Amino acid sequence: MSLKKHDFRENGDKIDYLLTIADNSLILGQRMGELTGHGPTLEVDIACTNIALDLFGQVRSYFQYAAQLSGKSCTEDDLAFLRTEREYKNVLLVEQPNTNFAYVIAKQFLFDHYHFLFLNELQKSNDTTLSAIAKKSIKEVSYHKRFSSDWVLRLGDGTTTSKEKIQKAINDLWPFTQELFEPNEAEEKAIELGYGVDISKLQEEYKRAVEKVLIEATLEVPVLEFYQRGGKKGVHSEHMGYLLSDMQYMQRTYPGMKW
Amino acid sequence: MSESKNNKKNWPLWEVFVRSKNGLEHRHFGSLHAADAEMALENARDVYTRRNEGVSIWVVESKNITASNPKDNGELFEPASDKVYRHPTFYDLPDEVKHM
Repeated sequence: MSLKKHDFRENGDKIDYLLTIADNSLILGQRMGELTGHGPTLEVDIACTNIALDLFGQVRSYFQYAAQLSGKSCTEDDLAFLRTEREYKNVLLVEQPNTNFAYVIAKQFLFDHYHFLFLNELQKSNDTTLSAIAKKSIKEVSYHKRFSSDWVLRLGDGTTTSKEKIQKAINDLWPFTQELFEPNEAEEKAIELGYGVDISKLQEEYKRAVEKVLIEATLEVPVLEFYQRGGKKGVHSEHMGYLLSDMQYMQRTYPGMKW
Repeated sequence: MSESKNNKKNWPLWEVFVRSKNGLEHRHFGSLHAADAEMALENARDVYTRRNEGVSIWVVESKNITASNPKDNGELFEPASDKVYRHPTFYDLPDEVKHM
C-alpha cells in the first residue's frame, strides 16, 4: 500500500501538513520508546517512556484527523505503519540514533524548544481541530522541555565526563536544527491559508531559549556554516530505514493486526 | 566508609508523599532515587502521578525521617491495645448525626 497525495483528493494539502508535523512526534517518540527497559535508572526510564507516550498521543490526534479528512480512505494505523520511507516528512533531527544518554537528552532538548514554540503558535490556527490539539499538547511539551533542559544543565554543569558527552552530542546534532525552521511545500501552503505556523519566524526566539540553557550549563554554543536538511522532503538519513523496519515490523508481518 | 563509596554510585533515596485531591492530606506513596530535591520531584511526578493520582507532591530525603524501632513495639504500642475506653464507642449517637 502506498499513500500519495493524489489519493486524498481535495484535502491533500492539509493531510500533507498534518503528516509533516505529526511525523516529528512519531519518530521522536519511537526513538524515546527504544529506552523502554533500558533507561539509565528506573525513574529516568519511566520519565522517557512517559514522554514517548505523550508524543504518540499527539500523533494519534493528528492522524485521526488526517484519516477523517481522507474520507476514510486510510486509517491512523495505515498512516503510522504503512508508509514508505520517502513518505515520512519528519526532520532529520528526530531520527538520529540514541547513541548514549547525552544524545537522547540533546535530541529531545533541541526538539522540545522548537516544539513548544511551534505549538504555542499552532494554538492560533484558523483550523479549530488543530488549535485544540495544540492547546492540549502544549502542557505536555512544557514538561518535556523542562525535563530535557534540566538534564542538559545537570550533564553540562556536572562532571568532566558528563560535560564532554553532552557537548559532543549537542555539537553532533546542531547541524540538524536549521531544518526545523525551513517550511516544506505543505507548510508553505498551510501558512498561506492560515491553518499552519510560520516556522521561519520562530528561529530567533528558539536560538535565544536554547542558548540561554547551554550557557547556564557552561556549554559552548556551536557555530556552523553548513546544515543538514532533507527529512521534510522525505529524504532521510541512513538511520531511518532501520527505525522504520523496527516500528513497522508487526503491521508488515501480520497485516491488519489489532492490539 | 562503604556508605560514602556507595553514595557516589547511587543516588540517595527519597520518600514521596502525594495529595490525591484538594482537601485530602498528603499520603505516603513510595520511594525513589534522585540526585537532589528537584530531580526527586520530577521523578515522583513521572513514577507516581502518571495515572492522574495527584494534585500535589512532597518529597523528603529518607535519611531525614526518624522512625520508631520495631524492637520497641512492645512498650510503644501494646499498652494501648487493652484500653478500649479510649475509643469513643460508649456514646449513643443520635440518628441525625452522620459520618461519625
